[in-house]
Amino acid sequence: MAQPLVKKDDDRDDEVDYSPFLGIEKGAVLQEARVFNDPQLDPRRCSQVITKLLYLLNQGETFTKVEATEVFFAVTKLFQSRDMGLRRMVYVIIKELSPSADEVIIVTSSLMKDMTSKTDMYRANAIRVLCRITDGTLLTQIERYLKQAIVDKNPVVASAALVSGIHLLQTNREIVKRWSNEVQEAVQSRAALVQFHALALLHQIRQNDRLAVNKLVSSLTRGSVRSPLAQCLLIRYTSQVIQESTNDTQTGDRPFYDFLEGCLRHKAEMVIFEAARAITELNGVTSRELTPAITVLQLFLSSSKPVLRFAAVRTLNKVAMSHPTAVTNCNIDMESLISDQNRSIATLAITTLLKTGNESSVDRLMKQITNFMSDIADEFKIVVVDAIRSLCLKFPLKHRSLMNFLSNILREEGGFEYKKAIVDSIVILIRDIPEAKESGLLHLCEFIEDCEFTYLSTQILHFLGIEGPKTSDPSKYIRYIYNRVHLENATVRAGAVSTLAKFGAMVDGLKPRIFVLLRRCLFDNDDEVRDRATLYLNTLGGDGAVVETDEGVKEFLFGSLDVPLVNLENSLKNYDPSEKAFDINSVPKDVKTQPLAEKKATSKKPTGLGAPPPGPPSTVDAYEKLLSSIPEFASFGKLFKSSAPVELTEAETEYAVNVVKHIFDGHVVFQYNCSNTIPEQLLENVTVIVDASEAEEFAEVDSKPLRQLPYDSPGQTFVAFEKPEGVSAVGKFSNMLRFIVKEVDPSTGEAEDDGVEDEYQLEDLELVAADYMLKVGVSNFRNAWESMGVDFEHVDEYGLGPRDSLAEAVNAVINLLGMQPCEGTEVVPPNSRSHTCLLSGVYIGNVKVLVRLQFGLDGPKDVAMKLAVRSEDETVSDAIHEIVASG
Amino acid sequence: MSGFCLSGNSCPAVKNILILDSEGKRVAVKYYSDEWPTNSAKLAFEKSLFGRTLKSNARTEAEITIFDSNIVIYKFVQDLHFFITGGDDENELLLATVLQGLFDAIALRLRNTIDKREALENLDVIFLCIDEVVDQGRYLKQMQMLLQERWQSKTWMLQQHYPNRQ
Repeated sequence: MAQPLVKKDDDRDDEVDYSPFLGIEKGAVLQEARVFNDPQLDPRRCSQVITKLLYLLNQGETFTKVEATEVFFAVTKLFQSRDMGLRRMVYVIIKELSPSADEVIIVTSSLMKDMTSKTDMYRANAIRVLCRITDGTLLTQIERYLKQAIVDKNPVVASAALVSGIHLLQTNREIVKRWSNEVQEAVQSRAALVQFHALALLHQIRQNDRLAVNKLVSSLTRGSVRSPLAQCLLIRYTSQVIQESTNDTQTGDRPFYDFLEGCLRHKAEMVIFEAARAITELNGVTSRELTPAITVLQLFLSSSKPVLRFAAVRTLNKVAMSHPTAVTNCNIDMESLISDQNRSIATLAITTLLKTGNESSVDRLMKQITNFMSDIADEFKIVVVDAIRSLCLKFPLKHRSLMNFLSNILREEGGFEYKKAIVDSIVILIRDIPEAKESGLLHLCEFIEDCEFTYLSTQILHFLGIEGPKTSDPSKYIRYIYNRVHLENATVRAGAVSTLAKFGAMVDGLKPRIFVLLRRCLFDNDDEVRDRATLYLNTLGGDGAVVETDEGVKEFLFGSLDVPLVNLENSLKNYDPSEKAFDINSVPKDVKTQPLAEKKATSKKPTGLGAPPPGPPSTVDAYEKLLSSIPEFASFGKLFKSSAPVELTEAETEYAVNVVKHIFDGHVVFQYNCSNTIPEQLLENVTVIVDASEAEEFAEVDSKPLRQLPYDSPGQTFVAFEKPEGVSAVGKFSNMLRFIVKEVDPSTGEAEDDGVEDEYQLEDLELVAADYMLKVGVSNFRNAWESMGVDFEHVDEYGLGPRDSLAEAVNAVINLLGMQPCEGTEVVPPNSRSHTCLLSGVYIGNVKVLVRLQFGLDGPKDVAMKLAVRSEDETVSDAIHEIVASG
Repeated sequence: MSGFCLSGNSCPAVKNILILDSEGKRVAVKYYSDEWPTNSAKLAFEKSLFGRTLKSNARTEAEITIFDSNIVIYKFVQDLHFFITGGDDENELLLATVLQGLFDAIALRLRNTIDKREALENLDVIFLCIDEVVDQGRYLKQMQMLLQERWQSKTWMLQQHYPNRQ
C-alpha cells in the first residue's frame, strides 16, 4: 500500500490541511509505476499510481525524456487489464505524456482494438487518444473507423470523432475533408451535442468556400437545429454570411436578419444573447434593426446572474461607442448597476453611462462615481478616467465638475499608469477647453507639490513653462515651481529651473524676481542645475538690466533643436577652438551621421590638436599625471581606465589599504593606497606581494615599493602586470602587504634603528570584464543605435533566474557590464513587469559599444533578459555577450 | 498543443480550466492554450487571478471578470475555486455553460460533497471530469450520456479505493 494512503486513515481527522499527496516525490512515484509491469495487475493500485503521476504533472513537475518514455511503456502494459476505470485513466495519461511518433506504434494496435470495441466508452476515448497522438500515415489506416464513428448511433462516440476531426483539420485538412458526407449526416443528428460538433466541423471544412457556407446557412436557418449550442454557431456563421453579402445587396432588407431577430425569442439565454450581439455587430446597423436586440439586452441587465448582466452591459458598452442614442433607454437599469457587487460590471456600466449620458446627468453621475472609485483596481480606473475625458470634451460647460473630479482622484493613492492617465487627461482638457486652463494648471501645480514620479513632475513643469506665462496672472505659479527647486531630486530641479527661465523670458514684469530665484540656483549641488541657471541668467540678461528678451534668444533657449544631437556632438568634437565661433548651422541635419571610420579618427585626434581629451573626469587626469611621473610605467602608453578604489582591508584595522586598478592597452597597474593607523609604528620598504596564480594571462613586470609609511600619512605602492594586448583578460589576485616595522617613541617621534620584517594579509582583488569598459554616455541613444548599424549586432536571450525584483536584476547587469545607463533607463518603475535599459560605453581598444537590455518577468520571480549589443567591432559584441553569459 | 488554434470566432474554445484551493494552490488545472508557455507563467496567472477574485462572492451564482484580455468565469464551493478562461470575444454564457457542465459532473461523482479534501481523495475523478468536459479546448461534455454506465463502475471503484469510507 502506498505510504500516503496508509497515513490517511490515521491522520485524516486530526490534520486540517490534510492531503493524500502530502510529501509525494517524483522518484518514489516513478518507482511505484513498476506495478504496471506485474503479471497480476491490481487495477486499483495502478489507478492510484496513475493519479499520482497525473498529480505530479499537474503541479508543474516535468518528466525527463527517459522518465516519460519509461512511464509510457509501462502504461501500455495496462491495456491487458479489463478494468474500465483503469482504462479511462490509461487514456488520460497517454494524452498527458504525448508520446513521440516512434513510441506511438506501441499503443496503436491496442487503441485500434478499443476503437472497434463493443463498449461505447472504449470507442469514444480510443478515438480521442488516437487522433491526439497520431500522425498522417496512421490516420489513413484508421480513417474508415473514424467515418463510421461519426455516424455512430451513440452520440458520445460520434462527438468524440467529430471533435477529433476539428483538431485534425489543422494538420490533415485533405483527409478530414473526405468525411463531408458523414459529417453532413451527423448535422441532422437528434443528439444536441453531435449536431453542435458536426456543424462546427462542417463549417470549418467549408469555410473557404463562400458559396457552400451560404448554402449551409440558408438550409439550416429554416429550422432544423435543435441544440442551443449549435444554434449559437449557426448565428455566428449567419452573421459572417451577412457581413460578406451586404455589398451585393445594398437595397432592400438585409438577408437573414429575420433569422437573427427570430433567435431573440429562443428559449435559451445563450442563443438570445448570441443573436443580440450578432445584430449589434452588423455592418452599418440601423436603429430599427438595433431596437429588438437592445430590448432583450436591457432585460438581461436586471438578471440575477452576474454572467448575464456582464454579457449584456459589455455588449451595450460597445454599442454606446457607435450608437449612443440607442442605448439611452437602458440608462436607468444601467445606473443601478453602478452599485453592482461585481466591479467589472460596475465599471462597464459607468463607462457606458458616461458615453450615453446627457449634460444634465453629469453632476449626479460624478457623485456616484466618486464613491465607486476607491474600490476598483487601477486598470478599471484608467478606463473611467478615459471615459471622463471624452465626456468633458463633449460637454465643455461641465468642465468645472469634471476637472474637480480628476484633481480629486489625482490626490488619492494610485500607480504610475493611473496617475499618468489622469495627468494626460487634464493636459488635454487644458489644451482643448480654454476656460478650464487656469483651474487645470493649478490642479497640476498642487499635484507636483506631492508627486512621487519624477517623470510626471518634469512633464508637468515643462507644460507649465509653455502654458503658465500665457495666463492672466503668471506670478501665482512661480511659488509652486520654485518650491521644486528646494525639495526635489536633480532631474526635477533642472526642469524647474528651465520652467522659471521660460516665465522670465516670456513675462517681462517677472524678470527681476526670476533672476533673483535663478541666482539662488547657482549654488545648487548638481552640475546640470547650476549650468542651466548660469546659461539662463547670462542669455536673458541677468545683469540687472530689465530688457525685453530678444526673439533670437527665445528661439535659442526654448525653440526646438532641429539638428540630431549626435551630429551636434560630432561637430563639436571636430570643432577647432579658434577665433571663429562655432556655427550651429554647420551641423549636418540628416540623421545618418558620418561613416564610422571618420568618427574613430575624430575621437583619437584631440590630443594632437591640443584640445582636452573628450570627457575624462578630473580624477583620471590626476591618475594619468601620477602614473606618467613614474618612469617604469611611462612606456605603457595611454591610460585607458582607472577603477574606483576597492578596499582590501576592513575598516579600522591597523593598516588600511585600498587599490585602484589602472588599465592600459597591454598592461595593468595596481595602485595600492596604504595608510598606517598606529602612531607607535613606522613602516619601511612597503610592498605588496601579489600572487597571480589564479590570473594566468598576467605576468608581473615591475613593482614600485614605498620607502616609508609613517603614521597618518598615506602613501602608494605600485605593482605592474603585463597582459595580452587589447584583450579583456580577467583573473583573481591575492595580496600580501610586506614591510619592515620599526617602533616609534611617541614622546620624541624618533624611530628605533632596528626593524622587524612583518606581513599583513590583504583581501583578494579581482580584475573583471567591467574594468575594461569605460562609462561613456550618449545623448540620444536611439540615434546612436541607428547610426551604429546592424553590421556587428549580436542578440541573444538569457534567463537570469529568480531575482528579488526587476530593479535588482537590472542593476546587477549594469554593474556586471560597467556601462553607462542612458536616458534614465536604469530606473525601474515600481510594479512594472518588463523594462528596457539602454547602456553605452567604450571598450578597451577604444571601441564604442551600445547595449539594449530588455528585461521581463517570467513568472513571479524569474527574470528573463534579451541582450542586444551593437559595436564597431564584432569581437567586442561577442565579448559583451561572453561577459553576461559567464557573469 | 500544436493543433490548438482559434480560427476566428467560428468555434467556441476554452483556454484553461483551473480548480484551486482556498489559498490559491492547485488542485487540478488544465491549459489548452499556449498563451502561458511555462509553468511559471501559468502559476503567475493563477496567482494574480486568484488574488483578483478572492474577495468576490461567487458562491450562489458564477461570477465573471475580464482578466488580461480574457474572460474568466468563476465559482467557489466550500474551499474550492473553479475558473474557466476564454478569449475576450467569446460568448460569456457559453463559457458559463461549460463551467456549469464541469461543476455538475464533479458534483454528481462526488455525491455533492465538493471540497478540497474530497477532491484530492478523488483526484482521478476530477481529472476524468475535466478530460470529458473539454477536449483540447473544445467543449465536449460527454459525461451526461455516459453517466449511467460510468456511475456504476465508479461506485464500484470508489468502494474499492476507500473501503473504510461510509
